[in-house]
Amino acid sequence: MASTEIVHAHAAPQGFIRKYIFSLDHKIIGLQYYFLALIAVFLGMGLSLLMRIHLIWPTASLPIFGDIKPETYLMFVTMHGTIMVFFVLTTAPQGGFGNYFLPIQIGAPDMAFPTLNMLSFWTTFVAFVVLIAAFFVGAPLHGWTGYAPLSAVPSSGPGEGLGADLWITSIALFCAASLMGALNFITTTLDMRAKGMSMMRMPLTCWAWFITAILGLLAFGVLAAGGILLLMDRNLGTSFFVPGGLNFTGQTSFPPGGFSPSTDLVKHNGGSPLLWQHLFWFFGHPEVYIAIVPGMGVASQLLSTFSRKPIFGYRAMVYAMLAIGILGFVVWGHHMFMSGMSPYSAFAFSIMTMAIGVPSAIKTFNWIGTIYKGRVRFHTPMLFAIGFVSLFVSGGLSGPFLAQPVLDIPLHDTAYVPGHFHLIMGVAAIFGIFAATYYWFPKMFGHMMNETLGRWHFFITLVGTYSIFMPMHYLGMAGQPRRYSQLTEVAYLHPLIPLNRFITYAAIVTIAGQFIFLFNLFWSMAKGKKAADNPWEATTLEWTTATPPPHDNFGGRTPVVNHGPYEYSVPGAPRDYVMQSDPATAQVH
Amino acid sequence: MATLSSTVSVKVPQTRQGGGGSTPPTFGGGGGDGRGGNGSPDYGERLRRARLGLAVGLTPVIMLFVSFTSAYIVRQGLPTLDVRTNTYVHDWLPVNLPWVLLLTNTVILVVSSVTMELARRQITRQAALAPVTSIPGVSLGEERKFPWLGITVVLGLGFLTGQWMAWRELAARGFYVATSASSSFVYLLTAMHAIHLAGGILALLYSAVTSLLRKPVEARRIVVDITAWYWHFMALLWIYIFALLEIAR
Amino acid sequence: MGLALLAIIWLITFFSTYFFVAKTWWLPVGASAAAPWIDHQFALTYVLMGIVFVAAQGSLGLFVWQYRDRGSASQVHYSHGNTTLEVLWTVLTGVLFIGLNLMGSSVWASERFEPAGPGAVQVEASGLQFAWYFRYPGADGKYGRTKPELMDASAGGEAAVGLDTGDAASKDDVVSGTMYLPVNREVDLALRAQDVIHSLFIPAMRFKQDAVPGLIIHMHFKPVQTGDYEIACAELCGLGHYKMHGMLKVVSQEEFDKWLASKEAEKQ
Repeated sequence: MASTEIVHAHAAPQGFIRKYIFSLDHKIIGLQYYFLALIAVFLGMGLSLLMRIHLIWPTASLPIFGDIKPETYLMFVTMHGTIMVFFVLTTAPQGGFGNYFLPIQIGAPDMAFPTLNMLSFWTTFVAFVVLIAAFFVGAPLHGWTGYAPLSAVPSSGPGEGLGADLWITSIALFCAASLMGALNFITTTLDMRAKGMSMMRMPLTCWAWFITAILGLLAFGVLAAGGILLLMDRNLGTSFFVPGGLNFTGQTSFPPGGFSPSTDLVKHNGGSPLLWQHLFWFFGHPEVYIAIVPGMGVASQLLSTFSRKPIFGYRAMVYAMLAIGILGFVVWGHHMFMSGMSPYSAFAFSIMTMAIGVPSAIKTFNWIGTIYKGRVRFHTPMLFAIGFVSLFVSGGLSGPFLAQPVLDIPLHDTAYVPGHFHLIMGVAAIFGIFAATYYWFPKMFGHMMNETLGRWHFFITLVGTYSIFMPMHYLGMAGQPRRYSQLTEVAYLHPLIPLNRFITYAAIVTIAGQFIFLFNLFWSMAKGKKAADNPWEATTLEWTTATPPPHDNFGGRTPVVNHGPYEYSVPGAPRDYVMQSDPATAQVH
Repeated sequence: MATLSSTVSVKVPQTRQGGGGSTPPTFGGGGGDGRGGNGSPDYGERLRRARLGLAVGLTPVIMLFVSFTSAYIVRQGLPTLDVRTNTYVHDWLPVNLPWVLLLTNTVILVVSSVTMELARRQITRQAALAPVTSIPGVSLGEERKFPWLGITVVLGLGFLTGQWMAWRELAARGFYVATSASSSFVYLLTAMHAIHLAGGILALLYSAVTSLLRKPVEARRIVVDITAWYWHFMALLWIYIFALLEIAR
Repeated sequence: MGLALLAIIWLITFFSTYFFVAKTWWLPVGASAAAPWIDHQFALTYVLMGIVFVAAQGSLGLFVWQYRDRGSASQVHYSHGNTTLEVLWTVLTGVLFIGLNLMGSSVWASERFEPAGPGAVQVEASGLQFAWYFRYPGADGKYGRTKPELMDASAGGEAAVGLDTGDAASKDDVVSGTMYLPVNREVDLALRAQDVIHSLFIPAMRFKQDAVPGLIIHMHFKPVQTGDYEIACAELCGLGHYKMHGMLKVVSQEEFDKWLASKEAEKQ
């Protein structure tokens, strides 16, 4: 685990394999994570496109896929959720940008344990391959949440055999990879800050990555525990989650050949499906904060930079992120209000859930307060940061509905829930990734991305995603349940089909719009305008170094920090920004 | 003998970082890459960093066993629906644990912790004296290189063998992994601990290998130090698991 | 660009709010005793959240336009924040959110903390892949024994729930694929699941509860309006989840008694 060799920072590696494949350089590893997430997000979007198309045209035969059976639709649902939550939202913001920029922003030459860092990426990669393998044997249909007994009994449906085992294995590998990454992030932040870089002078992006890593450190072990118990129930006949007396004769078409009561189902006894839910959501709730907190850090960074104004309430922002992290561990029961859990527990969880709205609100007020009386520059990164705030407000405010158990009665497991979490995770967090991409692209690749294409991308995506996910709230209130492969069987859903059709059209347009980004990304790497070292006139340490940064990040120098991270428009200063490593003056913090 | 790697092309940093093993200030500091002001490796800083990494890394292990523990406690008290009578019954079946065997294993593991600690202190002394012994002509006399590390490996393997024997005994008493909820937890907890301990044994073997590869003793000291603390944690974890299974049957 | 952003943000806010206010797609008309209370809490929440929504989006849109970089005309107000304001809006938000929650909690308590009253209609709802079956205990008020090995969904009716006809209490049990309930009487619903987790969802009754294998979960509600109300499954249960639906028919007490009697007669 500890690297006791002379750190590679002394001599850059030679050879293609050491430089780009098995690199120990956090910058290369960050890019590897980013491009893995890029592949994953297009795969995940493709799955969602198939889902939306099937929902509107359930009898249509698609090219390549042919007829989409109900179980196939549910496989898409499961894999879409798993790919997006793990391999996009837990990978790009943290493993991608965090790896690349945390060491540089704190003035360190690399992460604390470069070999472990490399291992954590390749384990993530193997986890991805194992997950994709499930497609070829029949992916599971139990949703990314994998509730038992549906996920614990192989005869519960197609794909619940080997496919489910592969799914669990992939997640277990991902847990290990994330834990290795969290270890690195925390140790690096605590132990490798440059002289003068106190914790309260760190950019908010570093705080976000640090807090996210702590969340992951505490949460992924619990998911691993649940996964181990699930594998045991499925393969060793244990009964952690499977109660006795189950009977699967309802499905006459599956399993092929029919279900026989003499299978090992009879041996199960006394398991609790709710135990799975508790273990899963104890992880699952912190997980959604892992997905959004890095984006919050990026939003703070960009809103300050492009408003030419310090972030409003730096300390409050830090405390708010800490509060969100801590409270995030005591709200998991709000996913279980309808589960059969004690209504008294539900009450307790709902109070804590409303409480977590408070630090989120503080952050929103402070973002808006940062723009107030600033001097806003509308470069593409800023557009996405502004979009992030808008989407966070929208998605956040549908939370207090779901947080109240009595309102959760009509809304639980309806389309309202995906409307809520997609606005936050599926859009705001993605806007955080886009914002970070446009912002740091010049530093990573030495070229600027195209502004015009960036603006088109922004407006199409903002309007498009609102058009997709805001209507889902209305559908949920009208009673449309989640994870229905068709809306044809339940009569009261028929009047909702036109709105569903609108959502599908919006999805087609929005997904098409993402190819503008893809083109811009790769075209600009080669043909974009050459970037200066500090094109945004920003203050944090990554902008003091060369573009792209040299192997040890600072070219043999080690920065000394004299200022806070957001000293913009300081009265009396010669320029409207003071870099963190600028010489100390009497005027600034 | 020399503690500097010979492949270094040294670029002397302009500003002082972390420093040669001194205690870092409360805020900031410690930002180096493990090199001191003159380019030589800063082992003090690296040891501190490695220990911090271990403390952080043990947190998810604790969370794993906290999860198992809470599942265990809750399952114990959970009433089960008997589908024949449609009533709830308590069906927890205490496991007849071979506690003499398990107690023996515990003693073996605790002794191995002692030998591990002796190994750790042995190499700490050697590392502290390394700068002195590198002076030509200076000798400190023959410190008996007692193979504490090797003994720890043997004892660790002995523990694992003893656990295997305990599982055989459990099976002989009719408790297999899926026999009852209680037996499932016994196998789960002991197996998870054994897997983590096996990882510790691999780390010990790696420590032994580094001594054969003639790495600098200060570097080897860090590997042994981290492994030792991990090993002690494994012993404490086992005592906890044993106590849980015995007391909360 | 600032103006474009303001316009887009304000338009999005306008359209989102419009459809909420116009109730173009909304909760179905409530037909249970609890519905008015739930709907009231819902309305309170969405008015308060709506105000916050409009204020936040509105100010975001306004500020990005108002404080756009206008060259030398722009003057940045250098500030690290305002502690008084932070404390103020923290407290206000806390009061708002926690207060809202506490207001709704009395409805939750009355729905869930207390069991059904005496004299409630007894119905057992069993979820299986992919249908609901409803069992009435009959005159003896006791549910007969069921056995997993007797369950055969393809046979429907009593076989679907695995009724053990050997048990005396089973003789008067009525199993139906449709749930009949008398109006203005509380129902004590016992929810069960045979294979995986299902969820009984009746939107008009503002009723939802997961049916969990290994548990018998008692819930109660009181229909106050006759009519036919569709039941949907609200927990992913396999490939047939989308077509696992049923029907609740709320009728007068006389019609209910007549229906039950006719079902009993069929059994002879």
